[in-house]
Amino acid sequence: MGSLKPADGHASETGFFVTQVDWVVNWGRKNSLWPMPLGLSCCGIELMAMIGPKFDIARFGAEAARFSPRQCDLMVVAGTLTWKMAEAARLIYDQMPDPKWVIAMGVCSSSGGMYDSYSVVQGVDMILPVDLYVPGCPPRPDAVIDAILKLQKKIEREKPFQLLLDGDVVGEYDSGTKRFLRAPNHGVPTTGSHEVLPPTKPGRGRS
Amino acid sequence: MSTSSTGGPAAGTTRVQGSGATGARTTRTFEFAPGEVDRDDPLHGELMELNMGPQHPATHGVLRIKVVLDGEHMVEVEPDVGYLHRGKEKTCESLGWRKFFVHTDRLDYLQPLMNNCAYALALEKLAGMQVPERGQTIRVLLMELSRVMAHLIYLGTTSIDLGAVTMFFFTFSERERIYTLLDAYTGHRMNNTYIRIGGVYADVEPAVEREIRAWLDQFPKKIDEFEKMLTGNRIWFDRNRNIGTLTPEMCKAWSLTGPNLRGSGVEWDLRKKQPYSGYEHYDFEIPVGTIGDCYDRYAVRIEEMRQSVRICQQALDRLEKSRGAEFLEQDRRYVLPPKGLVHTSMEELIHQFKIVTDMALPKGEAYHAVESSKGELGFFLASDGTSHPLRCHIRAPGLMNVQAIPAIAEGRLFSDMVSIIGSLDFVMGEVDR
Amino acid sequence: MSTLERVVEALAGISHTVQKPRDGAVAIEIEASVVPQALAALRDRAGFDTNVFVTAIDRYPAEPRFTVCYSFLSTAHNDRVRVQARIPGEKPHIATITHLWPGTAYSERECYDMFGIVFDGHTGLKRLLMPQGYDHHPLRKDFPHQGIEPDRLYREWDQRRRDRSPLRSESEA
Ligand code: SF4
Repeated sequence: MGSLKPADGHASETGFFVTQVDWVVNWGRKNSLWPMPLGLSCCGIELMAMIGPKFDIARFGAEAARFSPRQCDLMVVAGTLTWKMAEAARLIYDQMPDPKWVIAMGVCSSSGGMYDSYSVVQGVDMILPVDLYVPGCPPRPDAVIDAILKLQKKIEREKPFQLLLDGDVVGEYDSGTKRFLRAPNHGVPTTGSHEVLPPTKPGRGRS
Repeated sequence: MSTSSTGGPAAGTTRVQGSGATGARTTRTFEFAPGEVDRDDPLHGELMELNMGPQHPATHGVLRIKVVLDGEHMVEVEPDVGYLHRGKEKTCESLGWRKFFVHTDRLDYLQPLMNNCAYALALEKLAGMQVPERGQTIRVLLMELSRVMAHLIYLGTTSIDLGAVTMFFFTFSERERIYTLLDAYTGHRMNNTYIRIGGVYADVEPAVEREIRAWLDQFPKKIDEFEKMLTGNRIWFDRNRNIGTLTPEMCKAWSLTGPNLRGSGVEWDLRKKQPYSGYEHYDFEIPVGTIGDCYDRYAVRIEEMRQSVRICQQALDRLEKSRGAEFLEQDRRYVLPPKGLVHTSMEELIHQFKIVTDMALPKGEAYHAVESSKGELGFFLASDGTSHPLRCHIRAPGLMNVQAIPAIAEGRLFSDMVSIIGSLDFVMGEVDR
Repeated sequence: MSTLERVVEALAGISHTVQKPRDGAVAIEIEASVVPQALAALRDRAGFDTNVFVTAIDRYPAEPRFTVCYSFLSTAHNDRVRVQARIPGEKPHIATITHLWPGTAYSERECYDMFGIVFDGHTGLKRLLMPQGYDHHPLRKDFPHQGIEPDRLYREWDQRRRDRSPLRSESEA
């Protein structure tokens, strides 16, 4: 059994073992995404159509839609998010265990879309970190399936084990621009009290 | 602590028996009056507050319901709406008459074309316009297809909530077929925005007509299949019969219309009573229920789908006879000229410019209502003679349906809530607007 | 007997003016102070058993600013009537009709939410669509479409949430 640390004096930065573990973890993660269908409005109906018989998202391993955020790792924001609903959406996001990804389905959740009005959040990225935006009003189910495939590609490129060795990645929320600079994601949980791993850097997390 | 219900399907008043901490038994009567329940009553069981929603699979959208439970009985029910309030009415005031069409689709997004029609009819009433007969027939066809689509969603989601997951796949495969038909005709699966003031955007191709006819021919068999799975199903029957009973008086007091009113035995259908779009020329029947419980409402909706198929078939017959006729009123004050003419004729270019930039409607007020799948969907328009409305009020049947939840849910078992929400049938896009 | 005759007969003794709206519907205007009596008369004597909607029109900056519109349906006679009453923009208020039609409770709450019109006697008059604690009445003409600080309530909640989160507060402190 090799060392968990990257081999010293090796040509590559990361060792063989770490790469393989990353590959296995990513393989598992990307092929069993459990979506949390945050079906808020019209796009939610297309999301149901995507899960339904014709488009059948089960072909890509993401059909296990769960309405409990504790069981999900992919949040699909399908529909218009209003400021009144934003609190609930953020709570749901916080309750999802890491690693978690977010797809903004439809122009409403991507940018506010056609609702430039007093009650609509102008894009869910004002309150959550978003991985993928799917345009369309509503996007056809094929487009959302494409987004899930792209997300799988994105997950392939992640280095969960490497991040663990290097120390955690914590998101920064810039209240000036009201945007996330980096997603608080993919490694160590940063919010809530559900850490599964001990903090790896002094000064982070509860002592 | 144990509680038991001795109440039948009483109207508005249900009796709940509870055994309190002292062991003495008491019978209390609850009537809908927020804040009436005395929580300090020692004879009462321990009350628990429960929050349902806004993200809950059984609330069909983002409805939130606060429930006070005594054991398993609902003592107080308070719906909290507004989680999808997108400011449509304000949007209408700032966008103007024409551009608001796109927004009407997203009201009740299970039946976009029905909302289009309702808005167009109200605008036409305000403008004093006629619609050519072929345009009306196409509208009727689209409206009835929309009704079937909405009822299919009702069936699918309600049965999934009550445990019949297969029904979801059955109804959605039919819905997919309608989607495909609409895709072929309008170019998009949902949110089509295909109705215009004075008619529809484009004529139906004969090929599409044939496809619709083929689908209509096989659909009644599918309804039989749905019925085979649900109508005599013991679980479905037990979870719907005598649950959420509405009397005709309650319906009128709570402003309920549509299948909810018809389920209570009142023969009230705007398509028959106050016909629009030429519904008086079609031969169809109005199904009514007997006692007005969830099961009756289900039966009414199933029968309405059959009647919709009949209307669609008649509409297709009429379309066949009137092929080639005008489907859009060529009134240059409100209707865009054909694109080809805009490129060649100065006058038509001016018309186009005028309509797109500032289409004013005459001063006055108008209200028009259609029989949507949820009830009376109406638009109340007030114009001050400019291109932007003074007021556009959307009379949403869904809001009234939500409002009636406490009246029929209080005093019942909590598990009945799912049947009640499902059978009242509302869509939050329309409730919150 | 036509609808208008029936309505006028039912409203005997209550001053009203008959309007001629564009859609040809039967519409009357009454004083705001007699709304409950007049509508009760319509319900009991003219058979208008169902309330269709209650809403308001803002005619800012004209005065009286608000017009409260009621629409009723008679299922027995198959006809409709619209009733309007005008109220001033300063502290707008009008009597409730929830005791006549319980189903108007939400419409009146919506009216209060959107226009700030207070319905006297309404039990449980609070905002319907906007969150409780919101400051403005969106459908008033002097309210901008994009809103005024639309995210204020969320940001306040968000701040409380971050204060609660132990990880956040330590790393940000
Ligand atoms: S993007 Fe379009 S379809 Fe999707 S929620 Fe928004 S308005 Fe509805």
